[in-house]
Amino acid sequence: MGGSTVLVVGTRKGAFILESDGQRKKWSTRGPLCEGWPIHAMAIDPGSRTILAGGGSGWYGPAVWRSDDLGETWTHSSAGLTYGDDGPKIETVWAIARRNGTVYAGVEPAGLFRSDDCGANWSHVEGLTNHPTRKDWQPGGGGLCLHSIVPHPTDDNRVWVGISSVGSFETRDGRKTWETRNRGVRADFMPPDQQFPEFGQCVHKLLLADGRERLYQQNHSGVFRSADGGRQWEDITPGLPSTFGFPMGVHPTRPDTVWTIPLNGADRGRFMPDAKSAVWRSDDAGKTWERCSEGLPQSNAYQTVLRDAMGVEANDPVGVYFGTTGGELYGSSDEGRTWREIAAHLPPVWSVEAAVVG
Amino acid sequence: MAVVVLPRSLLVLFPGTPRRLEASGATVRELIADLDKQVPGMWDRLCETGPAIRTHVNVFVAGERASLETPVTGDSTVHVIPAVSGG
Repeated sequence: MGGSTVLVVGTRKGAFILESDGQRKKWSTRGPLCEGWPIHAMAIDPGSRTILAGGGSGWYGPAVWRSDDLGETWTHSSAGLTYGDDGPKIETVWAIARRNGTVYAGVEPAGLFRSDDCGANWSHVEGLTNHPTRKDWQPGGGGLCLHSIVPHPTDDNRVWVGISSVGSFETRDGRKTWETRNRGVRADFMPPDQQFPEFGQCVHKLLLADGRERLYQQNHSGVFRSADGGRQWEDITPGLPSTFGFPMGVHPTRPDTVWTIPLNGADRGRFMPDAKSAVWRSDDAGKTWERCSEGLPQSNAYQTVLRDAMGVEANDPVGVYFGTTGGELYGSSDEGRTWREIAAHLPPVWSVEAAVVG
Repeated sequence: MAVVVLPRSLLVLFPGTPRRLEASGATVRELIADLDKQVPGMWDRLCETGPAIRTHVNVFVAGERASLETPVTGDSTVHVIPAVSGG
């Protein structure tokens, strides 16, 4: 591959950019960028070399940062990123997604905003906030955050979102109305007879796999797959060491290949099971799972990997990356089979996006 | 015109903005609105829903902690100072 491999990494203390070639052996690191602001989510457009970064300063509030030169210079804006003077204060930006000319931002408290000028001006997607269940949404441990935005790749009228402790939703009419997409997803933190509600599931990460209808999610209560755009979900947790984890990644061209990082449990510390670091890979859409740990620490690895801290790029073979709250960044250039540390001593890593830039 | 003194952490968000600049207004709210005309985006960094001055930003007028409704006169010096917070 002739292009550069670029990782954009959001951390609690700024954004970082790592660059390598197609071999992905040596990496250079730049940062902290975005003036050291806490950055929850980043998105990179390989064609235009535009990077977007969403986050929020404890002093100066939420904003979306933008660079049009692969991170050399930055601007920021939160124009329109508000529920109005009578609405709740937006704490931070949790998610960024881009589809054609539209950029989406997910925020805390949970809501969706869109921009048609690459982040300079924002407008509230009121249809989601007006969903009849909104009054009953409750925050989880990570707050009431909209953390996953999945625009349909060919139908601009369709978008899925994931909201912590609330669940998944889809619009099929250009964001005017939204429907819950949680059937079959377990909420094992509810009483036994209430574990499959219409909403209230704690989705941790929502992904589209095949460009059409195949979705995956890592949830508080397991890993799930949908073949019909989220109308019905199937539990694919069996074979994994834990129901609990945060991130997932999906192969860019083979929708049956996914990666996840199970943690030992919601109430057991949320670190690698037995303190041995591993990424789990499936090549059959979650029917079976393979533990991939070569190159990862196998003792005293009390590592936590958060929901956006896994990235996948489209080199051949595909590269997979994840970052920990301890500031370590690991990469695999053989589709997750073997791993090596590519950065350490970063601030707590909150997000990792990977791309091949020409 | 009042003199407004801005902190370093705010100046870096708006490259080229001087640390001390003049702004007009009868209240802090009007002063910040005028600042926003001179430096677009400044209102969003200093003010939140309500509107109110952001929780972790302090504005002092003539040495006294101010709200958006605090009067400002032409000879006022207004300091914007980030609060002691973070980690």
